[in-house]
Amino acid sequence: MMKRDACLKLLARHVREEAIVATYQAAFDWMRIAPRDLNYLSIGAMGLASSHGLGLSLGRPDRRIIVLDGDGSLLMNLGSLATVAAAAPANFAHLVFVNGVYEANGSHPLPSNGSLDFAAIARGAGIADAAAISTLAEFEAEIPHILAKPGPVFRALKVVAGEPSPQDYAYIHGAETRTRFRAAFAR
Amino acid sequence: MTTQPPGGGRIIAALKSAGVGFVVALPDIVTSDGLLWPISRDPDFRLVRICKEDEGVAICTGLSFAGKRAILLMQQTGFLDSVNAIRAVAVEYQQPVVMLVGLQGKEPGVAPSRSTKVSVNIVEPILDAMGIAHHLVETDDDVSAIAPAIETAYAASRPVCVLIGRPPSVPA
Repeated sequence: MMKRDACLKLLARHVREEAIVATYQAAFDWMRIAPRDLNYLSIGAMGLASSHGLGLSLGRPDRRIIVLDGDGSLLMNLGSLATVAAAAPANFAHLVFVNGVYEANGSHPLPSNGSLDFAAIARGAGIADAAAISTLAEFEAEIPHILAKPGPVFRALKVVAGEPSPQDYAYIHGAETRTRFRAAFAR
Repeated sequence: MTTQPPGGGRIIAALKSAGVGFVVALPDIVTSDGLLWPISRDPDFRLVRICKEDEGVAICTGLSFAGKRAILLMQQTGFLDSVNAIRAVAVEYQQPVVMLVGLQGKEPGVAPSRSTKVSVNIVEPILDAMGIAHHLVETDDDVSAIAPAIETAYAASRPVCVLIGRPPSVPA
Protein backbone atom coordinates (compact mmCIF):
# COMPACT_ATOMS: atom_id res chain seq x y z
CA MET A 1 0.00 0.00 0.00
CA MET A 2 1.31 3.47 -0.88
CA LYS A 3 1.93 5.98 1.86
CA ARG A 4 0.40 9.37 1.15
CA ASP A 5 3.54 11.29 2.06
CA ALA A 6 5.63 9.06 -0.20
CA CYS A 7 3.34 9.99 -3.10
CA LEU A 8 3.65 13.65 -2.28
CA LYS A 9 7.44 13.46 -2.05
CA LEU A 10 7.50 12.07 -5.58
CA LEU A 11 5.15 14.78 -6.79
CA ALA A 12 7.22 17.49 -5.09
CA ARG A 13 10.26 16.53 -7.16
CA HIS A 14 8.43 17.49 -10.34
CA VAL A 15 6.29 20.46 -9.34
CA ARG A 16 7.48 23.87 -10.55
CA GLU A 17 4.98 26.65 -11.34
CA GLU A 18 1.82 24.64 -10.76
CA ALA A 19 -0.68 25.87 -8.18
CA ILE A 20 -1.35 23.15 -5.63
CA VAL A 21 -4.78 23.19 -3.97
CA ALA A 22 -4.61 20.90 -0.95
CA THR A 23 -7.02 19.96 1.80
CA TYR A 24 -6.78 18.48 5.29
CA GLN A 25 -4.27 15.65 5.72
CA ALA A 26 -2.95 15.99 2.19
CA ALA A 27 -2.46 19.70 2.90
CA PHE A 28 -0.63 19.03 6.16
CA ASP A 29 1.66 16.50 4.48
CA TRP A 30 2.21 18.80 1.50
CA MET A 31 3.09 21.74 3.76
CA ARG A 32 5.73 19.59 5.45
CA ILE A 33 7.13 18.25 2.19
CA ALA A 34 6.81 21.25 -0.13
CA PRO A 35 6.21 24.57 1.60
CA ARG A 36 5.88 27.14 -1.19
CA ASP A 37 3.87 30.25 -1.97
CA LEU A 38 1.92 28.58 -4.79
CA ASN A 39 0.11 26.36 -2.29
CA TYR A 40 -3.61 27.18 -1.97
CA LEU A 41 -4.58 25.85 1.44
CA SER A 42 -7.56 27.95 2.55
CA ILE A 43 -10.36 25.61 1.52
CA GLY A 44 -12.59 26.84 4.36
CA ALA A 45 -15.30 24.22 4.37
CA MET A 46 -14.72 20.49 3.94
CA GLY A 47 -15.27 19.24 0.42
CA LEU A 48 -14.60 22.42 -1.50
CA ALA A 49 -11.03 21.83 -2.70
CA SER A 50 -12.07 20.77 -6.20
CA SER A 51 -14.33 23.80 -6.49
CA HIS A 52 -11.62 26.25 -5.43
CA GLY A 53 -9.35 24.56 -7.96
CA LEU A 54 -11.94 24.87 -10.68
CA GLY A 55 -12.27 28.60 -10.05
CA LEU A 56 -8.51 29.05 -10.24
CA SER A 57 -8.28 26.99 -13.42
CA LEU A 58 -11.08 28.86 -15.20
CA GLY A 59 -9.60 32.20 -14.18
CA ARG A 60 -6.06 31.34 -15.27
CA PRO A 61 -6.13 28.89 -18.17
CA ASP A 62 -2.38 29.45 -18.57
CA ARG A 63 -1.59 27.93 -15.16
CA ARG A 64 -1.71 24.25 -14.22
CA ILE A 65 -3.87 23.56 -11.18
CA ILE A 66 -3.37 20.37 -9.16
CA VAL A 67 -5.96 19.53 -6.48
CA LEU A 68 -4.88 17.22 -3.63
CA ASP A 69 -8.18 15.99 -2.23
CA GLY A 70 -9.34 13.40 0.28
CA ASP A 71 -11.95 10.72 -0.23
CA GLY A 72 -14.13 11.92 2.63
CA SER A 73 -13.81 15.46 1.37
CA LEU A 74 -14.76 14.56 -2.18
CA LEU A 75 -17.77 12.58 -0.97
CA MET A 76 -19.09 15.87 0.40
CA ASN A 77 -18.90 17.45 -3.05
CA LEU A 78 -19.32 14.65 -5.59
CA GLY A 79 -21.35 17.00 -7.77
CA SER A 80 -18.16 18.95 -8.37
CA LEU A 81 -17.03 16.10 -10.63
CA ALA A 82 -19.96 16.80 -12.94
CA THR A 83 -19.30 20.52 -12.72
CA VAL A 84 -15.64 20.01 -13.63
CA ALA A 85 -16.54 17.65 -16.46
CA ALA A 86 -18.95 20.18 -17.93
CA ALA A 87 -16.56 23.12 -17.54
CA ALA A 88 -13.77 20.94 -18.98
CA PRO A 89 -10.72 22.92 -17.84
CA ALA A 90 -7.70 21.66 -19.75
CA ASN A 91 -5.32 22.85 -17.02
CA PHE A 92 -6.93 20.94 -14.15
CA ALA A 93 -5.78 17.73 -12.45
CA HIS A 94 -7.55 16.21 -9.46
CA LEU A 95 -5.76 13.71 -7.23
CA VAL A 96 -7.85 12.04 -4.56
CA PHE A 97 -6.11 10.21 -1.73
CA VAL A 98 -8.31 7.29 -0.83
CA ASN A 99 -7.74 5.97 2.68
CA GLY A 100 -11.32 5.07 3.56
CA VAL A 101 -11.45 7.11 6.75
CA TYR A 102 -12.08 10.61 8.05
CA GLU A 103 -8.48 10.89 9.19
CA ALA A 104 -8.68 14.49 10.46
CA ASN A 105 -11.66 13.65 12.66
CA GLY A 106 -10.67 10.49 14.48
CA SER A 107 -10.17 8.08 11.55
CA HIS A 108 -13.76 6.87 11.55
CA PRO A 109 -14.62 4.91 8.41
CA LEU A 110 -16.37 6.45 5.44
CA PRO A 111 -19.87 5.12 4.74
CA SER A 112 -18.44 2.97 2.00
CA ASN A 113 -17.10 -0.30 3.41
CA GLY A 114 -14.00 0.46 1.37
CA SER A 115 -15.85 -0.30 -1.83
CA LEU A 116 -16.06 3.10 -3.50
CA ASP A 117 -14.50 3.28 -6.96
CA PHE A 118 -13.72 6.98 -7.33
CA ALA A 119 -12.23 6.61 -10.78
CA ALA A 120 -15.46 4.98 -11.95
CA ILE A 121 -17.47 7.73 -10.28
CA ALA A 122 -15.37 10.38 -12.04
CA ARG A 123 -15.74 8.65 -15.39
CA GLY A 124 -19.45 8.35 -14.80
CA ALA A 125 -19.56 12.07 -14.12
CA GLY A 126 -17.98 12.72 -17.49
CA ILE A 127 -14.24 12.94 -16.78
CA ALA A 128 -12.89 10.54 -19.37
CA ASP A 129 -9.27 10.67 -18.22
CA ALA A 130 -9.85 9.04 -14.83
CA ALA A 131 -8.01 6.09 -13.33
CA ALA A 132 -6.99 4.48 -10.06
CA ILE A 133 -3.38 4.14 -8.92
CA SER A 134 -2.21 1.73 -6.26
CA THR A 135 1.60 1.61 -6.47
CA LEU A 136 4.31 4.25 -6.19
CA ALA A 137 5.88 3.10 -9.45
CA GLU A 138 2.59 3.62 -11.26
CA PHE A 139 2.19 7.02 -9.68
CA GLU A 140 5.70 8.14 -10.57
CA ALA A 141 5.15 7.09 -14.15
CA GLU A 142 1.92 9.09 -14.23
CA ILE A 143 3.32 12.34 -12.84
CA PRO A 144 4.30 13.88 -16.21
CA HIS A 145 0.79 13.13 -17.45
CA ILE A 146 -0.76 14.67 -14.32
CA LEU A 147 1.35 17.81 -14.71
CA ALA A 148 0.95 18.37 -18.41
CA LYS A 149 -1.77 16.39 -20.19
CA PRO A 150 -4.79 18.45 -21.27
CA GLY A 151 -7.41 17.77 -18.63
CA PRO A 152 -9.43 17.46 -16.70
CA VAL A 153 -7.33 14.60 -15.33
CA PHE A 154 -8.54 12.56 -12.36
CA ARG A 155 -6.56 9.99 -10.39
CA ALA A 156 -7.65 8.10 -7.28
CA LEU A 157 -4.64 7.03 -5.20
CA LYS A 158 -5.14 4.18 -2.77
CA VAL A 159 -3.06 5.16 0.25
CA VAL A 160 -2.43 4.83 3.94
CA ALA A 161 -1.13 7.61 6.14
CA GLY A 162 2.64 8.02 6.26
CA GLU A 163 4.60 9.92 8.87
CA PRO A 164 2.41 12.27 10.89
CA SER A 165 2.57 15.91 9.86
CA PRO A 166 1.95 18.95 12.07
CA GLN A 167 -1.70 19.95 11.84
CA ASP A 168 -1.18 23.66 11.45
CA TYR A 169 -4.77 24.81 11.10
CA ALA A 170 -3.81 28.36 12.09
CA TYR A 171 -1.62 28.68 8.99
CA ILE A 172 -4.15 27.06 6.68
CA HIS A 173 -6.90 29.43 7.80
CA GLY A 174 -4.71 32.47 8.35
CA ALA A 175 -4.49 35.46 6.04
CA GLU A 176 -0.77 35.01 5.37
CA THR A 177 -1.20 31.87 3.28
CA ARG A 178 -3.75 33.62 1.07
CA THR A 179 -1.65 36.76 0.72
CA ARG A 180 1.38 34.75 -0.32
CA PHE A 181 -0.58 32.63 -2.74
CA ARG A 182 -2.30 35.62 -4.33
CA ALA A 183 1.02 37.36 -4.98
CA ALA A 184 2.68 34.23 -6.35
CA PHE A 185 -0.30 33.28 -8.52
CA ALA A 186 -0.46 36.77 -10.05
CA ARG A 187 3.05 36.43 -11.44
CA MET B 1 -39.89 56.25 -8.04
CA THR B 2 -41.13 53.32 -10.05
CA THR B 3 -42.95 50.18 -9.10
CA GLN B 4 -41.83 48.43 -12.27
CA PRO B 5 -40.10 45.11 -11.71
CA PRO B 6 -36.34 45.19 -12.03
CA GLY B 7 -35.25 45.11 -15.63
CA GLY B 8 -33.34 41.96 -16.45
CA GLY B 9 -31.47 43.81 -19.18
CA ARG B 10 -30.49 46.56 -16.75
CA ILE B 11 -29.22 44.03 -14.21
CA ILE B 12 -27.17 42.30 -16.88
CA ALA B 13 -25.78 45.66 -18.00
CA ALA B 14 -24.90 46.45 -14.39
CA LEU B 15 -23.00 43.17 -14.08
CA LYS B 16 -21.04 43.97 -17.22
CA SER B 17 -20.29 47.51 -16.10
CA ALA B 18 -18.88 46.10 -12.86
CA GLY B 19 -16.55 43.83 -14.79
CA VAL B 20 -18.31 40.55 -14.09
CA GLY B 21 -17.26 37.96 -16.66
CA PHE B 22 -18.27 34.73 -14.91
CA VAL B 23 -21.72 33.70 -13.74
CA VAL B 24 -21.77 30.67 -11.47
CA ALA B 25 -25.32 29.46 -11.14
CA LEU B 26 -27.96 27.02 -10.13
CA PRO B 27 -31.36 27.70 -11.67
CA ASP B 28 -33.82 29.72 -9.60
CA ILE B 29 -37.34 30.32 -10.83
CA VAL B 30 -37.29 33.99 -9.74
CA THR B 31 -34.32 34.82 -11.96
CA SER B 32 -34.67 32.13 -14.62
CA ASP B 33 -36.31 34.06 -17.45
CA GLY B 34 -35.00 37.54 -16.67
CA LEU B 35 -31.38 36.68 -15.89
CA LEU B 36 -30.15 33.11 -16.25
CA TRP B 37 -31.57 32.29 -19.68
CA PRO B 38 -30.37 35.58 -21.21
CA ILE B 39 -26.98 35.22 -19.53
CA SER B 40 -26.69 31.67 -20.89
CA ARG B 41 -26.94 33.11 -24.42
CA ASP B 42 -24.69 36.11 -23.83
CA PRO B 43 -21.13 35.69 -25.15
CA ASP B 44 -19.87 38.30 -22.69
CA PHE B 45 -20.32 35.81 -19.85
CA ARG B 46 -18.80 32.43 -19.09
CA LEU B 47 -21.60 30.51 -17.40
CA VAL B 48 -20.52 27.79 -14.95
CA ARG B 49 -23.43 25.51 -14.12
CA ILE B 50 -23.02 23.93 -10.69
CA CYS B 51 -24.68 21.08 -8.82
CA LYS B 52 -24.78 22.62 -5.33
CA GLU B 53 -24.52 26.23 -4.34
CA ASP B 54 -21.57 25.88 -1.97
CA GLU B 55 -19.47 24.80 -4.94
CA GLY B 56 -20.12 28.26 -6.28
CA VAL B 57 -18.77 29.99 -3.17
CA ALA B 58 -15.43 28.27 -3.76
CA ILE B 59 -15.45 28.71 -7.55
CA CYS B 60 -16.08 32.46 -7.20
CA THR B 61 -13.26 32.64 -4.67
CA GLY B 62 -10.83 30.78 -6.92
CA LEU B 63 -11.76 33.12 -9.74
CA SER B 64 -11.09 36.16 -7.57
CA PHE B 65 -7.60 34.84 -6.80
CA ALA B 66 -7.15 34.69 -10.56
CA GLY B 67 -8.21 38.34 -10.85
CA LYS B 68 -11.61 37.55 -12.37
CA ARG B 69 -14.96 38.87 -11.20
CA ALA B 70 -17.94 36.56 -10.81
CA ILE B 71 -21.42 36.35 -9.35
CA LEU B 72 -23.08 33.38 -7.68
CA LEU B 73 -26.69 33.29 -8.87
CA MET B 74 -29.02 31.12 -6.81
CA GLN B 75 -32.28 30.87 -4.86
CA GLN B 76 -32.55 31.57 -1.13
CA THR B 77 -32.73 27.84 -0.44
CA GLY B 78 -29.28 27.49 -2.00
CA PHE B 79 -28.01 30.37 0.09
CA LEU B 80 -29.33 28.66 3.22
CA ASP B 81 -27.72 25.40 2.18
CA SER B 82 -24.37 27.16 1.71
CA VAL B 83 -24.16 29.09 4.96
CA ASN B 84 -21.12 27.20 6.27
CA ALA B 85 -19.15 27.73 3.07
CA ILE B 86 -20.15 31.40 3.03
CA ARG B 87 -19.21 31.74 6.70
CA ALA B 88 -15.80 30.12 6.22
CA VAL B 89 -14.69 31.28 2.82
CA ALA B 90 -16.46 34.58 2.24
CA VAL B 91 -16.71 35.91 5.80
CA GLU B 92 -13.76 34.49 7.74
CA TYR B 93 -11.36 34.56 4.81
CA GLN B 94 -12.73 37.96 3.71
CA GLN B 95 -13.26 37.05 0.07
CA PRO B 96 -15.35 39.02 -2.45
CA VAL B 97 -18.12 36.50 -3.05
CA VAL B 98 -20.96 38.34 -4.80
CA MET B 99 -24.30 36.59 -4.41
CA LEU B 100 -27.48 37.30 -6.34
CA VAL B 101 -30.26 35.51 -4.54
CA GLY B 102 -33.77 35.11 -5.87
CA LEU B 103 -36.31 35.21 -3.05
CA GLN B 104 -38.73 32.58 -4.24
CA GLY B 105 -42.14 32.99 -2.63
CA LYS B 106 -41.64 36.50 -1.26
CA GLU B 107 -44.87 38.45 -1.36
CA PRO B 108 -44.75 41.54 -3.66
CA GLY B 109 -44.05 44.75 -1.78
CA VAL B 110 -43.40 42.97 1.51
CA ALA B 111 -40.00 43.34 3.15
CA PRO B 112 -38.16 40.00 3.16
CA SER B 113 -37.97 39.89 6.94
CA ARG B 114 -41.77 40.33 7.12
CA SER B 115 -42.55 37.59 4.64
CA THR B 116 -44.73 34.78 5.94
CA LYS B 117 -42.39 32.34 4.23
CA VAL B 118 -39.75 31.13 6.68
CA SER B 119 -37.12 30.48 4.03
CA VAL B 120 -37.46 34.14 3.01
CA ASN B 121 -37.81 35.84 6.38
CA ILE B 122 -34.65 34.34 7.89
CA VAL B 123 -32.33 35.38 5.06
CA GLU B 124 -31.61 38.97 6.12
CA PRO B 125 -31.14 38.06 9.80
CA ILE B 126 -28.62 35.40 8.77
CA LEU B 127 -26.79 37.88 6.53
CA ASP B 128 -26.78 40.41 9.37
CA ALA B 129 -25.48 37.81 11.82
CA MET B 130 -22.58 37.11 9.45
CA GLY B 131 -21.98 40.83 8.85
CA ILE B 132 -22.62 40.54 5.12
CA ALA B 133 -23.83 43.68 3.34
CA HIS B 134 -27.08 43.17 1.46
CA HIS B 135 -29.31 45.08 -0.92
CA LEU B 136 -32.90 44.38 -1.90
CA VAL B 137 -33.76 44.72 -5.58
CA GLU B 138 -37.53 44.87 -5.78
CA THR B 139 -38.12 47.59 -8.38
CA ASP B 140 -36.28 48.91 -11.38
CA ASP B 141 -34.97 51.83 -9.32
CA ASP B 142 -33.15 49.40 -7.06
CA VAL B 143 -31.02 48.07 -9.93
CA SER B 144 -28.70 51.05 -9.68
CA ALA B 145 -27.34 49.68 -6.39
CA ILE B 146 -25.93 46.53 -7.99
CA ALA B 147 -22.81 47.77 -9.78
CA PRO B 148 -21.58 49.87 -6.82
CA ALA B 149 -22.20 46.92 -4.50
CA ILE B 150 -20.00 44.71 -6.67
CA GLU B 151 -17.30 47.37 -6.90
CA THR B 152 -17.31 47.75 -3.11
CA ALA B 153 -17.14 44.00 -2.56
CA TYR B 154 -14.02 43.65 -4.71
CA ALA B 155 -12.41 46.86 -3.45
CA ALA B 156 -12.86 45.82 0.18
CA SER B 157 -12.49 42.06 -0.42
CA ARG B 158 -15.78 41.34 1.33
CA PRO B 159 -18.89 39.38 0.37
CA VAL B 160 -22.13 41.05 -0.64
CA CYS B 161 -25.61 39.73 -1.26
CA VAL B 162 -28.14 41.20 -3.68
CA LEU B 163 -31.61 39.92 -2.88
CA ILE B 164 -33.88 39.76 -5.91
CA GLY B 165 -37.36 40.31 -4.52
CA ARG B 166 -39.34 40.07 -7.77
CA PRO B 167 -38.75 38.29 -11.05
CA PRO B 168 -36.73 40.62 -13.27
CA SER B 169 -38.35 41.46 -16.59
CA VAL B 170 -37.16 39.55 -19.62
CA PRO B 171 -34.68 41.63 -21.67
CA ALA B 172 -35.97 42.69 -25.08
